[in-house]
Amino acid sequence: MCRLALKTAREPFSPYEVLTAMEAMKEGYDGSGLGLLLRGMEFEDFKYNPRFPILSGIAHTEKAWYRMTDYMEEMEYELKYDHRFAMRPELIEAKDRYRYFMRAYRMPVEFRDESDELREAELLRARLALRNLSTEEDPLTIFSFYPDVAMIKEVGWPMQIGDALCLHDGQLKSRVCMAQGRQNTNYDINLYACHPFFIQGISTMTNGENTAFVPIRDWLVGRNLPGYVGYHSDSEVFTHILHYTLKHLGLPLQAYKHIITPLSTGELSRHPQGDFLTGLRQACKRLIIDGPNAVIGTLPDETCLLVMDQKKLRPATVGGRDGVWGIASEICGIQAMIPDRDPSLDFQPMREHTVIIPPHRKELEIWSQYDRLPLPQAA
Amino acid sequence: MVSVRSVTLTPSSLTATDLPWIIEHREDRCTLCGNCTAICPKGAIRLSHMRQRLPRLDVFGSQRGSEYRTFTGIRQETDPAKLCIGCGMCAMVCPNEAITPVAGTNENRTLFFENRKGEPMKRGGRRNATGPTLLDRIVFHRISMLTDPALDAGRHEFTATTTLGRVLSPEEFLKRTMNGGWIPPTREIFPFIIGSMSFGALSPNMWLGLLQGVAYCNEVLGLPVVMCTGEGGCPPWVLRSPYLKYIILQIASGYFGWDEIIRAIPEMQCLPAAIEIKYGQGAKPGDGGLLMWHKVSKLIARLRGVPEGVDLPSPPVHQTLYSIEESVMKMVQTMSMAFHHQVPVYPKISASTSAKAVLNNLVRNPYAAGLVIDGIDGGTGAAYNISMDATGHPVASCVRDCYLELAKQGMQNEIPLFAAGGIGKNGNVAQNGMAMVMLGASGVHLGKYMMQAAAGCLGNEKNRCNVCNLGICPKGITSQNPKLYRRLDPDKVAERVAEIYMSINTEVKKIMAPLGRSQSLPIGMSDAIGIADKAAAERLRISYIC
Repeated sequence: MCRLALKTAREPFSPYEVLTAMEAMKEGYDGSGLGLLLRGMEFEDFKYNPRFPILSGIAHTEKAWYRMTDYMEEMEYELKYDHRFAMRPELIEAKDRYRYFMRAYRMPVEFRDESDELREAELLRARLALRNLSTEEDPLTIFSFYPDVAMIKEVGWPMQIGDALCLHDGQLKSRVCMAQGRQNTNYDINLYACHPFFIQGISTMTNGENTAFVPIRDWLVGRNLPGYVGYHSDSEVFTHILHYTLKHLGLPLQAYKHIITPLSTGELSRHPQGDFLTGLRQACKRLIIDGPNAVIGTLPDETCLLVMDQKKLRPATVGGRDGVWGIASEICGIQAMIPDRDPSLDFQPMREHTVIIPPHRKELEIWSQYDRLPLPQAA
Repeated sequence: MVSVRSVTLTPSSLTATDLPWIIEHREDRCTLCGNCTAICPKGAIRLSHMRQRLPRLDVFGSQRGSEYRTFTGIRQETDPAKLCIGCGMCAMVCPNEAITPVAGTNENRTLFFENRKGEPMKRGGRRNATGPTLLDRIVFHRISMLTDPALDAGRHEFTATTTLGRVLSPEEFLKRTMNGGWIPPTREIFPFIIGSMSFGALSPNMWLGLLQGVAYCNEVLGLPVVMCTGEGGCPPWVLRSPYLKYIILQIASGYFGWDEIIRAIPEMQCLPAAIEIKYGQGAKPGDGGLLMWHKVSKLIARLRGVPEGVDLPSPPVHQTLYSIEESVMKMVQTMSMAFHHQVPVYPKISASTSAKAVLNNLVRNPYAAGLVIDGIDGGTGAAYNISMDATGHPVASCVRDCYLELAKQGMQNEIPLFAAGGIGKNGNVAQNGMAMVMLGASGVHLGKYMMQAAAGCLGNEKNRCNVCNLGICPKGITSQNPKLYRRLDPDKVAERVAEIYMSINTEVKKIMAPLGRSQSLPIGMSDAIGIADKAAAERLRISYIC
């Protein structure tokens, strides 16, 4: 089992704080990797414009590095900032790491006045194109390309990786930070298989195996939608289902829970929107997840969420205070991130709950599947 | 050596050792009660009087010669028309264990005479191929024990129902919901369906027993089991009863029984579970249904709207239709409309290399609610032996191909595929069914298995019994003769149906739990199955294990 931690605060903080939470929960994972997602970026040496997309990844060789930079130039992305990690490479287990990058770009002129939808589609296209530039001799790993989001993934113990990249030096801060502490163990080890997963600003991480992975993957791939690729990990489908729910179906965040773990027929017959939800369950049947899972995610507007599997077979706790909130697999993780909260108000969601931390971060929203779904009309 | 003329010999003269089943009779135990000869459905044994010479040696006597005694005993007929079928009813009724049929180990010479009067062999049952089927050899190997807490089949909640009916894509569903469009009807059912066996093929007691059992499963056990009528209609009282919702009405090329159904529509208390349009049958592809004259009793004649005692061969295809396109256009839509677009309507075809063409056609028809594919191991009440043994396509690869085709189009949630034919052939019904589900079927149909398990059908793939076509079923399962079908108690059949489904339900959970699945039926979970046969693994795109 792996461990997860998320912290969200109005004031940017160092990702190292979340790594301390990972360290507190150290007994629960094997140190095979770390995945970090930062959102709401602040750089010590650069005044960042949150409209600039940030490209994060690893160039494993020099050739791969130039292939990436050449492509970006060719596509007329204007480099605005290139973050340099103060590296201690001796702490990194893997040897083929030419450069970790986190580069902010200005989009090509033709996209400057385009709608967000078109801009996002272009960023997705560019990310996939860059990913395809990778070759066996010169690998290139691209984690994300999106405004105000940066990602790091590496093999090793979280603290060790944090030290290797000097994440404690205050050069890098964010308002939201997600961390996950294990590489994929059910399938091959692969940097892309490390949580959190990312698509068009939407990101989730999970602990527990999704046993319904193959039929869900087959269905998502069959949609032929851009970005629904990869699937080196069974948990990647959680991110894509959330993306599909919000972006393609245009449903509210609360519908996610109804899609991945729908209520039973008996429960739906008593629900105020039973007919609609029965139909939704039917139509989205192939997206029903299975296995023990706690899914933690963030959205582009800095909303954070936590949902459990239908049987609540995985633990997760949310706690915090006005302005700062944390979600972690264990209470000690929350304690490490937010010691100055009232622990009696910590909340462990049940199978029907969706915990939502809205961008204002004043208080939690605990939404139940038995509640009315906030739909615009008809249903 | 005696002269040839003194022996009565015809080309089809055989001795008992040439027969597939040989009666072993112990005269020392026989009480001559006559039960065996009375119950034998084929008249394969007879009570006969025989004479035995008792040689007498009297050297000094003036009279010469022997004494004789006459005695009575059981003898087996060797006329191919009266062949022993190995049903074993004689052994079942014998009070003294004096008689039993045993399988002949010599070659079966009678096969050469299964064409008397120019008529090829006709029979009931299914393909006479013994041994483990491909489905029997599939194992569930993706065990989630160490990476996750294991599920408890006995205590956790499982959802193992499946959807029968057309499912819209999520986008289309939302669009129609918002705009008040038509949402196609669906049913949540147990994935093991009692397949189409007609009222006519089955005896009234068998049919009633199945229906009672299905009603019990639904109303008491909470298992939403449904059954299909087969071609031949449905008793009028059932059409007007609340039990109709558990019944899939079949329409086939003979349209038998549909006068009654159409007449009953305005008086129906509830809608049927679905309408199945039969285009083909796995046991006899290219043939229509066949109810031989022996079984067209007064009741059956009334239900089907035909005279008594005539053969009822349905045409091989629906005569009013020119092509599958028209079938889909006309029949699916017409049937859907007849039930106000509130009942799923789907076709059933025999497994074939052309199944994908039919499927792709259905995909484009908004009224088509699914597809049943019936494989070569499917059973039938009556067909030519050549059709049953040598014609058709196994179901597993056909359904798998169709599923992968749907997956390629991203439509595998939309048209459910159901597999029929050979599920539970060797008794492994839950294992076979779940293997089919993981290959991509949304559910399976059980026919022959239900007859064997619920009513003790004696037929097997060594051509035991298999006389369903003649109406002489010794268990009363497929007979229309009241003397025979009164042997079958419908209540007991119903009890067996309930037992079978309770057991399947538990076994399904026992399969799903170690795979870490409990929330939905693992349709298409091909990563969970493997087979120790490289060629089959490659063909089905599942893993090869050894």
